[in-house]
Amino acid sequence: MNVHAQKPAALIGDLALALASGAVEVIDLTHTLDPDFPVIVLPPEFGQCARFRMEEISAYDHRGPAWKWHNFTCCEHTGTHFDAPSHWISGRDVPNGSVDEIPAERFIGPVCVIDCSAGAKANEDFELTPQIIEAWEAEHGRIPAESWVLMRTDWSKRRGAEYLNMREDGAHSPGPTPETVKLLVDGRGIRGFGTETVGTDAGQGAHYTPPYPAHFFLHGAGRYGLQCLNNLDRLPPTGAMLIATPLKIRNGTGSPLRVIALVPSKDAQ
Amino acid sequence: MTSPIVPPPKKDPQQRTRIQTLPAGARSRAALGLTAAAAEGRFMLQVCAECGAVQYPPRDACSNCLSVDLPWKDIAPGGRLIAETTVRTSTSTYFRERTPWRVGTVRLDAGPSVICHVHGDVARNGPVHIINRLDKSGQGVLFALPAERTQNMEDDPQLRELTANPKFRRVLITDGRSENALALAQAFAKAEASIIFIGEAEGWRPYKHREALRAVPSVQLVPLDVTDTSSVTELAAEIGGKTDILVNNARFMRPGGIMARGDTVFARDEMEVNYLGLMRLAQAFGPAMLGRGADGGNSAAAWVNILSVYAYANMPALGAFSASSAAAYSLSQCLRAEMRPGGIRVMNVYTGPTDDDWHQPLPPPKVAPSALARAIVAGLKDGLEDVFVGDVAQDLIDRWRAGPKILEREMSENDGGGA
Repeated sequence: MNVHAQKPAALIGDLALALASGAVEVIDLTHTLDPDFPVIVLPPEFGQCARFRMEEISAYDHRGPAWKWHNFTCCEHTGTHFDAPSHWISGRDVPNGSVDEIPAERFIGPVCVIDCSAGAKANEDFELTPQIIEAWEAEHGRIPAESWVLMRTDWSKRRGAEYLNMREDGAHSPGPTPETVKLLVDGRGIRGFGTETVGTDAGQGAHYTPPYPAHFFLHGAGRYGLQCLNNLDRLPPTGAMLIATPLKIRNGTGSPLRVIALVPSKDAQ
Repeated sequence: MTSPIVPPPKKDPQQRTRIQTLPAGARSRAALGLTAAAAEGRFMLQVCAECGAVQYPPRDACSNCLSVDLPWKDIAPGGRLIAETTVRTSTSTYFRERTPWRVGTVRLDAGPSVICHVHGDVARNGPVHIINRLDKSGQGVLFALPAERTQNMEDDPQLRELTANPKFRRVLITDGRSENALALAQAFAKAEASIIFIGEAEGWRPYKHREALRAVPSVQLVPLDVTDTSSVTELAAEIGGKTDILVNNARFMRPGGIMARGDTVFARDEMEVNYLGLMRLAQAFGPAMLGRGADGGNSAAAWVNILSVYAYANMPALGAFSASSAAAYSLSQCLRAEMRPGGIRVMNVYTGPTDDDWHQPLPPPKVAPSALARAIVAGLKDGLEDVFVGDVAQDLIDRWRAGPKILEREMSENDGGGA
């Protein structure tokens, strides 16, 4: 990476001013934590991902006259969420593999967005392949090391049963092939991979070798996952900055979080 | 014959909803034996263990030999109406609002003469069939039916005060995803419920009998997840005022006791659905139902809990589930007490193993969804509080009554002894 001509202090100062002026826009890539938002569904004999739930403690009433607050419960992997390496068996021995151990600088970085929305619209089992990555790079340049790669499918616009798209033979939603994940992890050295679907893997990802290749290769190599992302259609292919800071949960394998991106404002261009 | 009831008219929004008044509810401890029998729809009286005299009214010592050993026994229900009158006014608010009211004296084939409420179709001096039912105070009262069935006899207004017949009432079945939901919906449709609301959790997840449910007449699918307070509250806000019978069929179960699982995750789910689900429903729907106990022909009438009979005695192979059922059972007693002022019947339907995915490897007998549904509708028509469906449940409660500690020891062996 080229050393920027500006000194860091000036760089941050300029960025802060650009944020204040609106020249740099903040895009919210997060779904609302809602009790009825879909979560991954596993065979019922396995443990299940807890849905988001909220109970009122008081609401300016006899239970607490001047304040309102709630208890909420959920899984580490409910709603828009971050996957740490320790989430997967391949990543169980990775150093700094849980959310509390990941260095904070890893939560902010460059992001590449690969638009697969046309393909996913035509084919609900659409696969992100190495050829698509290479074609994207031919247009936008090589994916930089330590960047996030997000697979845009517009799946976040789906509602209700269309989202998991669950049938008798399982869920049907787009995702990367094993070769693609290997290319991104080993060939490009990405920091993490994110999707709009309920997991980083395709709905039928269990039928690849290895099963759930995105989870297997990403976390085995100490990389991260983001899923249930929203508004990816508002990100440019390159040039945005992703901020994804999971909760600091001791030995946590993931966390619901607010994911935001900084992008150059269209008006300011 | 009895005049058939007609579908109740739409509610007049300018009329105050009638407040439930209750018949006299005080009883001696001995007389509560009649109430306990009525909870299961059994006609029982005390029978002297020493001289065999059948006792009426309930008492502490035999009217014949002064023995105090007076166990309750099932009594042959036949008899003859020997005196009758129709009450046209009363000092009791409850009866004053419901006159004319027919009462009489029946000489039982079993011996004593009893005072009872009398069905409109019973002829003077005619043969009768005595039933023992709970009144709006939740106390056992005797009621004389004609010995032979008559047309529309269920529609007798005095009998309807003792029952929670689904006919023309609006029913909420809380869990459409349950394997018994379709059988329940069909049974209530057959019983002429006017609307069958069916709660549906997680509409984002398909389930196999959804289309079949939608095809049942009078069914309306509504969003409801008993683990989600906001969902329960929202639905109650919308339909709480027209939920006449609530059937809570939501259930979460996984096999295993304490050590087979090694965590509390499924146990928490069991408590969330089986115990806290009931609590959430009761907090949201209870007040509206309490206020509508006397709201005309489609008044709020009953709350139905489907509980595992292992609420009474823990089945270690289903140990954590049994514990959540025991919690729900205890809470149902609280609900019954809180619903009593509104005249709302809380009916617990206990089953042993049911014929579904979670009992698939178990050998028969298992309770089929259709059998459960039939028992629920029949229980409502009889206004019961406790229904034991199937051989396993009936056997277990018999053994529990004979000796809970003995049963506990049996349950710790071989899958529950006789079950």
